[in-house]
Amino acid sequence: MDALRVFLVDDHAMFRAGVRAELGKRVNVIGEAGTVAAAVAAINTEKPDVVLLDVHMPDGGGRAVLEAVRRVSPDVKFLALSVSDAAEDVIGLIRAGARGYVTKTISPDELADAVRRVAEGDAVFSPRLAGFVLDAFASRSEAPVADPELDQLTNREREVLRLLARGYAYKEIAKELFISIKTVETHVSNVLRKLQMSNRYELSRWAADRRLV
Amino acid sequence: METAANKLHRRSEGRVLAGVAAGIADHLRVPPLAVRAVFMVLLTFSGLGAVLYAVFWIVLPASRPVAGIRRRKGRDSAQLVAFAALALGILLLANPGGAAGVRMLIGWVVALVLVGAGIIWHQAEPDRWRQWNSGGQGMPWLARFLTHNDRRMLLLRLVGGGVLVIVGIIGVIALTGIIPGGSVLALVNGALFALIALAGLALATGPLLWKMWVQLRDEREGRIRETERAEFAAIVHDQVLHTLALVQRHAEDPKMVLRLARGQERTLRNWLYKPSGSPDERFAAALEAAAAEVEDSFTLVVDLVVVGDCAVDDQVRALVQAAREAMVNAGKHAGVDTISVYAEAEPTELSVFVRDRGVGFDMAGVGEDRHGVKGSIIGRMERHGGRAEIRSTPGDGTEVRLTVKRRGEGE
Repeated sequence: MDALRVFLVDDHAMFRAGVRAELGKRVNVIGEAGTVAAAVAAINTEKPDVVLLDVHMPDGGGRAVLEAVRRVSPDVKFLALSVSDAAEDVIGLIRAGARGYVTKTISPDELADAVRRVAEGDAVFSPRLAGFVLDAFASRSEAPVADPELDQLTNREREVLRLLARGYAYKEIAKELFISIKTVETHVSNVLRKLQMSNRYELSRWAADRRLV
Repeated sequence: METAANKLHRRSEGRVLAGVAAGIADHLRVPPLAVRAVFMVLLTFSGLGAVLYAVFWIVLPASRPVAGIRRRKGRDSAQLVAFAALALGILLLANPGGAAGVRMLIGWVVALVLVGAGIIWHQAEPDRWRQWNSGGQGMPWLARFLTHNDRRMLLLRLVGGGVLVIVGIIGVIALTGIIPGGSVLALVNGALFALIALAGLALATGPLLWKMWVQLRDEREGRIRETERAEFAAIVHDQVLHTLALVQRHAEDPKMVLRLARGQERTLRNWLYKPSGSPDERFAAALEAAAAEVEDSFTLVVDLVVVGDCAVDDQVRALVQAAREAMVNAGKHAGVDTISVYAEAEPTELSVFVRDRGVGFDMAGVGEDRHGVKGSIIGRMERHGGRAEIRSTPGDGTEVRLTVKRRGEGE
């Protein structure tokens, strides 16, 4: 059985149990952890395909796990699964290297689908995350940027993000823009890459502008 | 310990006087002896070292003692010795030649002032209070003398120190009058000494005032935290507990439970993550309020994403109302659990998209007498210089696109 190997990190045992019950039929949940230290150790030995990562945890949260694991096992993919939809949490985790972000109210089917897509190398954007990204890139469009090619979204990427934010599925976006699903996925991956590469200064300025920090 | 060393602190362990020199040494990563030597050298410049030391003493916070390490006995006596040495050093410096008896007297009086100030100063230090409160081990007589449980003792020492200082000042003024030589010079000298003594007094009471101020600030911060906690408790109690009780009563009605849970989630989420804005003033807040209303009345989930924000004017109000109408329509007719609403405020244009994946309908089939769509949405948008476009395919859902050009910055 080549089911996906998924690891759960969340400090709420109840939530872990719930997700495990929901996901257990669709993927292979190989383990779970409730603390940063335990999660880092277990992930580095187990090497799962996808880690479902909570944002808010004691001792540094999901970000600490992400950064510690990426140094040792860069191939492990992370999907942020959070109850928080505060922009700075979400964008922060994506910049640290998470491949996607979904909220905890997501349905089990959608979650399983998101896990599969992340494992295949895609980025998973919820409409809300697409909104955050648009916000992040929109507010700095007038300011001069060091590397415009890298930091700026192309019109096409912006269009894709807008449709994502409007609640379109990838295949609906493809139909709407007369492009293939593969192209949509490429655009989304590019957005994610740009988001990770844009420098911290810009992010902090953006957060300050929005009185987030 | 590393953090304590990085920040400039007075050291509370392994100190001789007040831990200033040791603290600075920790910060600069040099041996404490070197810092102490520098202070000693500076002392010869009209007592600059002592003044500097005093200023550091007042300004630097004491580092927290490391738990588990017990203070060595007899440290108090060592510090008293250091005090005496300080007074003696100044006394000697005041008598370079040691010739005139009068000068000698002035020196003694200055020393008196210093020791008096030192006593007031010493007891005004917060972490000493605790130390002595926990029982002065090693020196019972000193402990009794310095116990701060006794308020009379505290008063006695404050008054005593003050008397010493005042007597010193008077003595200096009186003695400078006796010094042979021009009376003007004597007056200037007297005034100078008086000023120095006053400065000493200020320095002596400084830590006390400083400590009071710090305490006040801490208290105020604590009160603010307490208020926040109370506010949070009120929210949790009034709303969450209330909702949980309702959920238990309506456990057999999933729609009701969903609605309650959804409403509660929204409230808490707004409270935790979003800076609250008034729906009458901000576009995003107005749209959120409309979405919340629809969620509550139709028991569905509105996935609202807002990019950017702007102030509310007539145009914006019309847009929000049209969007609300579109959401209501989706809630009434689409037969879905979830609708997506995306709004974007750009510098030149505002747009709202309301989308559902419900049954859909045929636009041509909508009767002329139905005012919901034509009047409330399309007509309203046109009156305000905007546009409404409704795309619907039966079986594939509906999307209402509302856009309005902004006349200018209404900010």
